[in-house]
Amino acid sequence: MKLPYYPGCTLKTKAKNFEDSAIAVAKELGIDFIELPRWNCCGVVASLVSDDLMRLLAPIRNLIRVQEMNKSGLIKDEYRLVTLCAMCFNTLKRANLRVKENPDDLKKINDFMDREEECYNGSVEVVHFLEILRDTGFENVCKKVKKPLKNLKIAPYYGCLLLRPKEVGIDDPEAPTIQEELLKALGAEVIDNPYKKVCCGSYQTVHNKYAVASLSYDILTHARQGGADAIITSCPLCAFNLDNRQKEIIENHPDFTEIPVFYFTQIMAIAFGLEEDVCGFDLNWVDPKPLLRERELL
Amino acid sequence: MSDKIKISRKNVEFLKKIEDLSGEVIMRCDQCGVCSGSCPMISEMDITPSELMRKVQLGQEDVLGSKAMWLCASCFACTVRCPRGLDVSKVAEALRQVNLRKAIDHIDLKDIPDDEIKRLPQIALVSEFRKFTG
Repeated sequence: MKLPYYPGCTLKTKAKNFEDSAIAVAKELGIDFIELPRWNCCGVVASLVSDDLMRLLAPIRNLIRVQEMNKSGLIKDEYRLVTLCAMCFNTLKRANLRVKENPDDLKKINDFMDREEECYNGSVEVVHFLEILRDTGFENVCKKVKKPLKNLKIAPYYGCLLLRPKEVGIDDPEAPTIQEELLKALGAEVIDNPYKKVCCGSYQTVHNKYAVASLSYDILTHARQGGADAIITSCPLCAFNLDNRQKEIIENHPDFTEIPVFYFTQIMAIAFGLEEDVCGFDLNWVDPKPLLRERELL
Repeated sequence: MSDKIKISRKNVEFLKKIEDLSGEVIMRCDQCGVCSGSCPMISEMDITPSELMRKVQLGQEDVLGSKAMWLCASCFACTVRCPRGLDVSKVAEALRQVNLRKAIDHIDLKDIPDDEIKRLPQIALVSEFRKFTG
């Protein structure tokens, strides 16, 4: 199965470990990600005011690329656009919903983008890789597992943008289970964390890093108190706030013990027995290798 | 002692402006406080999200000077829980936009230390600047 794939800025740099591990595990499952030609920034955050159509141009241009891929034969009749980053997913899906529900807005945007060879016609469906895994069937994920994570206790972390607002979310906004199902398929012991849907502080990390470190502290310590060895996430900004901001957490809480934060695809790659290289652990701030070696997973 | 709240045409016009910009019928808020109870940033705020809503209902323009709107991380926890179906994050965005459209940015790149700029992922910088600059 070939799927159009939107990477986004951070997956090509600071979260290259997310992209590499995702492409590798997808391949194991018979899914080829075909990167969008000429993709541009998704806008990162959806505009929340009613009159700001300019901010929809960036995401809609990316959706036009999916139509072009089908037209050029790069992809055959596949209008699902797969994303990995939760922020890209949310922004692209939200823009798509807005223009599908408001044909006048879509017309204005198409008229404005008169240098595009074709108009956006609303044919694309923005999906997250976790949804593809659910649709493929977690039993099929389970079949690919060579090293079950039976010695590993993992707490899922959803954050905000995979779940909210409701019309965009991939699961129940109050009681999600998709990451739990994935972890069970990989053989891990799932640790529930009451803070799994609580915001990590998002972009506030730029000018308000200690407030973010405080939120991350709550999320991580509740996971730890539940018995978790590690946390998984699907957002490079959550990953930064939960992983890198442990430096600031230690400044305020010297007794805090570091806890590894994985992208869900990294832990899938380990369970699938793939080469360690695809995990790119050098980009994780807390080195997860000692934990994986201790549990005989590396 | 209680103060009598006076509502003038100016107050009503301000409410209407924020309702138009946010697309929310702000008068539907019945001040239950679920948004405040759901907000992860509340401990940093000067007024709670429900107070912010009340001030907009009363058309009190001084709400534009509150810190609360700048602390909203657009996490939508309030959005999914509001029993009146209101989206407080849209109201906070509308208030931010009223400020930003006066060409007054809330943040300045120069205030971020170089080592932080190197350390932060692009996604953080782009989202911050899209939210806090005009």
